[in-house]
Amino acid sequence: MREVAIIGVGMTKWGELWEKSLRDIYVETALLALEDAGIDKVDSMYVGSMSSGLFVGQEHIASLLADYLGQANIPSSRIESACASGGLALRLGYLEVASGVSDVVLVGGIEKMTDVSGHEATYALGTAADQEYEGYHGMTFPGLYALIARAHMEKYGTTREQLAMVAVKNHHNGSKNPLAQFPFQITVDSVLNSVMVADPLRILDCSPITDGAAAVVLYPAEMVKKKDKPMVKITGSGHATDTIALSSRKDITWLEAVYKAAKQAYKEANKGPKDIDIIEVHDCFTIAEICVLEALGIVEKGKGGDAVEEGMTSLKGKIPVNASGGLKAKGHPVGATGVAQVVEIVKQLQGNAGERQVKKARVGLAQNMGGSGGSSVVHIFERE
Amino acid sequence: MTTPSRYWREIPQRYRLEANKCKNCKTIFFPPRLVCAECKKRDLVAIKLAEQGEIITYTIIRVPPRQFVDQAPYAVGIVKLDDGVNLMGQIVDCEFEDLKIGIRVKIEFRKIFDEGESGILCYGYKFVPE
Repeated sequence: MREVAIIGVGMTKWGELWEKSLRDIYVETALLALEDAGIDKVDSMYVGSMSSGLFVGQEHIASLLADYLGQANIPSSRIESACASGGLALRLGYLEVASGVSDVVLVGGIEKMTDVSGHEATYALGTAADQEYEGYHGMTFPGLYALIARAHMEKYGTTREQLAMVAVKNHHNGSKNPLAQFPFQITVDSVLNSVMVADPLRILDCSPITDGAAAVVLYPAEMVKKKDKPMVKITGSGHATDTIALSSRKDITWLEAVYKAAKQAYKEANKGPKDIDIIEVHDCFTIAEICVLEALGIVEKGKGGDAVEEGMTSLKGKIPVNASGGLKAKGHPVGATGVAQVVEIVKQLQGNAGERQVKKARVGLAQNMGGSGGSSVVHIFERE
Repeated sequence: MTTPSRYWREIPQRYRLEANKCKNCKTIFFPPRLVCAECKKRDLVAIKLAEQGEIITYTIIRVPPRQFVDQAPYAVGIVKLDDGVNLMGQIVDCEFEDLKIGIRVKIEFRKIFDEGESGILCYGYKFVPE
């Protein structure tokens, strides 16, 4: 296996981009990554997208996007694993370069979610849950994470305020990210007084509906000649699945797919939780960040709430989590999220993260998750 | 979107709580499976789920999917049935304030939602506090 470097990253402003089409959002973003890498020709492409069919009525987008990017005829694949589509696209691109099949691989993620109504978006996202045994009973995604939150509060004493603190922290970070959909700060009080969506989760516990894309260019580390910026390599990659029906899990509060994916990535990178300087996690709901930190081994089981309350995960804490603003503030165009996490980690490791720069970050981790934990992808990155 | 054939296929589970059990390791699966997720054996026999259990977690859905708009807010939870199987469904005929983890519920057969004027009526199980 060859070592794989990330030689270019691109991300554009996220939000409700009514004036832009799916293909324009993607191409604009991918061109930034290609420019950053200093190349204009790629060998192969992966595109993470959860549901372009339900969101914009367009399938077969891997070929469409390759064509509009000026790369027609190259192999191009769309990858779907619900909200982990982007992370999984990265893993497949990584394996393709590591194996020697291709040298230049462009990994992108995209979702255009605001062309449909709120009900239709809720439906499209809901297809990531078990349609026959969860959706059938009127369950929604906030509802599934609310079930996890209530069980976690009961089992470990996690408090409502601790959940709110995750959103407050991520908005604090997001206020320093000009590309974020909601770059402003919120308070614990505003979270606790926001509209209830699925008890105990309120609207400010939830990540938003977003249009956006992100892209990175992968290349064999041994072939990198340009040394104009610090080289960031992918040193560990892990992927695992779990039941998509939450009720089928032995422990509702435990994300086994995250645990297994992390274990695989740690092993490959020869690193452990203690070696990580900065993390981007899949905070689709506030409770998710808490459960993910536990499954990643960053904190003990049940201690995820304490970690945020004690400031361990804040921008100046021991191990900053979601410096980008996370899904909560940056936005969550589902297929793009896993790739955008990587864009943030690379910027941080290269020292290009502006106002939200974390000091002395050398090893980063990105964790992307599908559904209520039915899939997860974890990557570890190191700066040379 | 529930089409008649898709609805009809799930009737044994939704109306009659049909599950199956691995003859080798005794694990129960709902809905029934072709291969045991625990021991990988393929010898499973049909059984019926227990009709009582206790709530292990719940929520109140206030922003519902389209088919449930007229029902919101409503409670949905996961119940551990007395045979050890976890089942998700709505919890009805109770005040939200009375809901708690650990309370006993029984399964009743109810209408779940309807698909609009020309659509089908969809039935299944719901939980009612004992």
